[in-house]
Amino acid sequence: MATLIEMPKLSDTMTTGTLINWLKTEGDPVSSGDMIAEIETDKATMELEVFEDGFLLKQIIKAGAQVEVGAPIAAIGEKGEKVELPEVKEVAKPAKRPPQKENDTKVKEEKKASSKETEEAAQKSAEQAEIEKKELVNTREETEKTASPIKLTTSSTEKRLKISPVARKLAAEKGINPENIQGSGPDGRILKADILSVEKNGIPTASAPTQGAVATSLPGAPIAEEASVPVSTMRGVIAKRLVESKTTVPHFYLEIEVDATPLITLRSELNQRLTKLPPPQGGTKLSITDFVIKAASEALRQVPAVNTSWMDDHIQQHSAVHMAVAVAVSDGLVTPKIENTHLKTLRQISSEVRDIAARAKAKKLKPNELSGSTFTISTLGMFGIENFFAIINPPNAAILAVGTIVKKPIVDADDNIVVGHRMRLGLSGDHRAVDGATGARYLAALKELLETPALMLA
Amino acid sequence: MSKKTTSKSRPTAKSVSTSQNSEANAPINTKLSKEEKIEIYRNLVRIRRFEERTLRAYQQGKIGGFLHLYIGQEAIAVGTTSLMGPDDHVITAYRDHGHALAVGMSMNECMAELQGKHTGCSKGKGGSMHFFAPDKNYWGGHGIVGGQTPLGAGIAFALKHEEKKGCCMCFLGDGAVNQGVVHESLNLAGLWELPVIYIIENNQYSMGTSLERSSASTMLAKRADSYDIAWEQVNGHSLYDVRAKTWEAIERAHNECLPTVIEMATYRHRGHSVSDNEKYRDKEETEKYKRTSDPVILFQDTLIDEKVLTEDLIKKINTEAREEAEKSAQFADQSPFPPEEELLKDVYWEEDNPEHKTSQGKIFFND
Amino acid sequence: MPVITYRQAINDALAEELDRDEKVIIMGEEVAEYDGAYKVTEGLLKRYGPKRIIDTPISEAGFIGLGIGASMLGIRPVMELMFWSFAYVAFDQIVNNAANIRYMSGGLIHCPIVIRGPANGGTSVGATHSHTPENILSTTPGLKIVCPSTAYDAKGLMKSAIRDNDPVYVMENTLLYGEKGEVPEEEYTIPLGKAALKREGSDVSIIAHGRCVQIALQAAEILETEDGIDAEVLDLRSIRPLDEEAILQTVRKTNRVVLVEENKPFCGTDAQIAYMIQDKAFDYLDAPIKRVSSIDAPQIYSMPLEKIQIPDAQRIRSTVLEICPISSNT
Repeated sequence: MATLIEMPKLSDTMTTGTLINWLKTEGDPVSSGDMIAEIETDKATMELEVFEDGFLLKQIIKAGAQVEVGAPIAAIGEKGEKVELPEVKEVAKPAKRPPQKENDTKVKEEKKASSKETEEAAQKSAEQAEIEKKELVNTREETEKTASPIKLTTSSTEKRLKISPVARKLAAEKGINPENIQGSGPDGRILKADILSVEKNGIPTASAPTQGAVATSLPGAPIAEEASVPVSTMRGVIAKRLVESKTTVPHFYLEIEVDATPLITLRSELNQRLTKLPPPQGGTKLSITDFVIKAASEALRQVPAVNTSWMDDHIQQHSAVHMAVAVAVSDGLVTPKIENTHLKTLRQISSEVRDIAARAKAKKLKPNELSGSTFTISTLGMFGIENFFAIINPPNAAILAVGTIVKKPIVDADDNIVVGHRMRLGLSGDHRAVDGATGARYLAALKELLETPALMLA
Repeated sequence: MSKKTTSKSRPTAKSVSTSQNSEANAPINTKLSKEEKIEIYRNLVRIRRFEERTLRAYQQGKIGGFLHLYIGQEAIAVGTTSLMGPDDHVITAYRDHGHALAVGMSMNECMAELQGKHTGCSKGKGGSMHFFAPDKNYWGGHGIVGGQTPLGAGIAFALKHEEKKGCCMCFLGDGAVNQGVVHESLNLAGLWELPVIYIIENNQYSMGTSLERSSASTMLAKRADSYDIAWEQVNGHSLYDVRAKTWEAIERAHNECLPTVIEMATYRHRGHSVSDNEKYRDKEETEKYKRTSDPVILFQDTLIDEKVLTEDLIKKINTEAREEAEKSAQFADQSPFPPEEELLKDVYWEEDNPEHKTSQGKIFFND
Repeated sequence: MPVITYRQAINDALAEELDRDEKVIIMGEEVAEYDGAYKVTEGLLKRYGPKRIIDTPISEAGFIGLGIGASMLGIRPVMELMFWSFAYVAFDQIVNNAANIRYMSGGLIHCPIVIRGPANGGTSVGATHSHTPENILSTTPGLKIVCPSTAYDAKGLMKSAIRDNDPVYVMENTLLYGEKGEVPEEEYTIPLGKAALKREGSDVSIIAHGRCVQIALQAAEILETEDGIDAEVLDLRSIRPLDEEAILQTVRKTNRVVLVEENKPFCGTDAQIAYMIQDKAFDYLDAPIKRVSSIDAPQIYSMPLEKIQIPDAQRIRSTVLEICPISSNT
């Protein structure tokens, strides 16, 4: 019986082979170890060895044909034996080539004749792939078309709820709808604590849809639901620190009123010019607080005894001004610092204040920004507070409280009653490190700087 | 570890004898019985027929990856391992089928391994380059060129440490000699006087790069001089020569606990692997070696001269070997592939021996 | 309980195992006559002699390979790498041979070898000597990786490693060698793959291994006193096998995780652990999983900059604060 010789696997990665050349013709005698053809694999051109004795009865495929590994390519057997030929499928059929690509021939002509066959095969499979890809794309487009109306409506109306996985799970378990909860996490993410708090206290009033709102609008209704509000970690720390400061630091208080007119004039002039300039020189607006920080830093240069810390066995004189600014955040208060304000320009100070306040509200401050200050400024001017005194932020020796600017009738240098702009500054001092007279000298220096702001340039 | 104090007995280098069987009269050869000689011949033929059958199986697509045939080098594996005593061990590189059969592994377990079957010597987990049979003192089958050489030194170290009169025959190719770790191994073998025999099967080509194109000095064994190790060059086509020179090295290892490097001249009749079209060497060269230096034919002729073999016996042995190879292919065909759970077996000794498990925690990270 | 150094604890573990099993040998550069480059093997040559305490040439590929070969025949070599950075010149042996030989032989062979030595930065030895390859090596099935953080753990884990029939790689730390801790006199072992809760807490879980556990504990102290945050610290001890249950347990408890390691961030060990946490404890997370690792550059030599490069308590603290409510100092 004749033996069919199959396209051999001649390398680890070979899946198809091209019969380059027949080395024996039909009818030739062959014996084990003879090479009967040259096969091109993905790696090299190799000779095809047979392990049979007999005659090459049939060349099943023609020279140049590419077939899959395992496809019959020749038959070997006794002389005159009949061979039943199976159908051989070539890997790529040349007829299938779509006609539209005319420049194909041009490209091909430039190629070497020897690699023509593989070229063509590659070309074909690439084209085939192209067609398949196109079909795939079409199908996908169709799917998208049919699906799109639903998708659009959902995506346009539904806002993604920011909620941590554990909070989502907890809310589901407790049957709480998280959509109306104001999250306390970064970017308003609803946290586990928020769900627990809602479970305990109900939905916070501000965003509560029905019950809470109705209850508060009714006369005689309680102003808020009676509740025991759990102390957050931050609240706890604030409480601890402030009790410590107020009970262990002997506070004294001084107050001074400043004529803010020159400051207002200068600020509006500067802001007018600055807004016209492109960044980085301009494009910004300076706030009154920026001026106060600048002036307070300059005044500390003049009266450095206020820029100190009580260290029990010694008083630490600081060589630089690191100005802390009290910033109200959602659940408390933080005092991030700006370093070396005595060296910085108004514009630098202004941009840093803005940055640090924003990050404080987003809870993105780094721990080192929250410690190491030498002096603190607290302003409540935006709430219309005219004057107040703040609790010292240890280990600072003093804190400056800045009130709002109010219009007042004042007596000018010519004894006329005119409209003046007045600002009141309160200084709380640590009496262990600073005396009243020193504090007074400091406020006097600060007043001079704010009333003659040009001095800040010196 | 003992330090070298005395100069070792070391023969001076001899040039390779070109005459066949120059060592036929060495005592280790003359003491061979007729039956032993026939068995040696049978092993040469079995390797040859097995390798031919593996090539067919590869071409039929039944064997994955690479296939490196040992055809042309059989005298080395058969000659050296024919000298093994109970405490002599073997470790080799990736062209490992010949050594495997020579130490007594069955064609079935080898062929099944090649086909990735569960009945393979490594349950289908090692493949062509990674045959193992520790029960036959055969420690693999190693895929990385030169990678087996420090392991061979380690086997010899263990033998010495346990005070066993044995040796480790560590085979490597001419290409491996340029790997750094081979020199580290030689240094350790020389420094610590390990009973290891490094057998360089110099078939002249590291894959497609000839010796001249890869090595500054083509006297490969001579590199042993740098490590004060005895060395020898041997005609690896001649079974008797291989046996005689290997025996000297084994005795040196057994009696003096000293290493040896032996370079054996040989030639692979096939390409580096089956996907090699051998463009780097002339067909005439291969034909010449097949004609004049085929180790199977040379030993066959010798045994005919010695009246040990007859034409009938030769035919019988060859037919039996071919049938054995054919049967191993059938065995492999009919064997099952390893079941999927085998993927996670034999990774950790501890996981396979849960009764002795002391570790806790997660060891596989599939989910 | 006696208080001894991490170095002494390892030395004791080696000696006890040398006493227990005559197949155990110690091998490495300068382990014998020099008494160990970091004095971990001090005195062992004197006690056990040159047949078992063996100085090797500077030839890692050679002697590690030799150890692997010897282990296949039943010797139990404990190989010292002067630094784990030197593993890279023996990578073929450490990864291809030790890890694969059991599998490729279908379970016929096993390789009971221990390779140990320091793997850490922080001592200004530069980029070539500061690798922490536990992440690289634990990607290889067949290997076990251990990173002890205390004297107690170092001893107990080392003894388990030596008794293990699989290759176990123990990564020590030159900065820990002199650190002291309580180690009982009576014999004990610690199973591989068992994490240890080194500090209990409720607000956040800091998960670390090796010396980073000590840094995490410092950070936890600061967080408690400065920020009022109660951090839990879990010491993995083993990277592979990994105590997944302990990790998930602490995550379920605190809902917040900071993973700390000395590796460079990309594909560090903690990348895998972070994946695992989100996969298996997603519904327990109240914040994104955070990581603290070495700054992603070759190890710098300059002393103050290297301190910045590797994790420290302040960096852990600020990372914790990113996912915990921040505090105020007013």
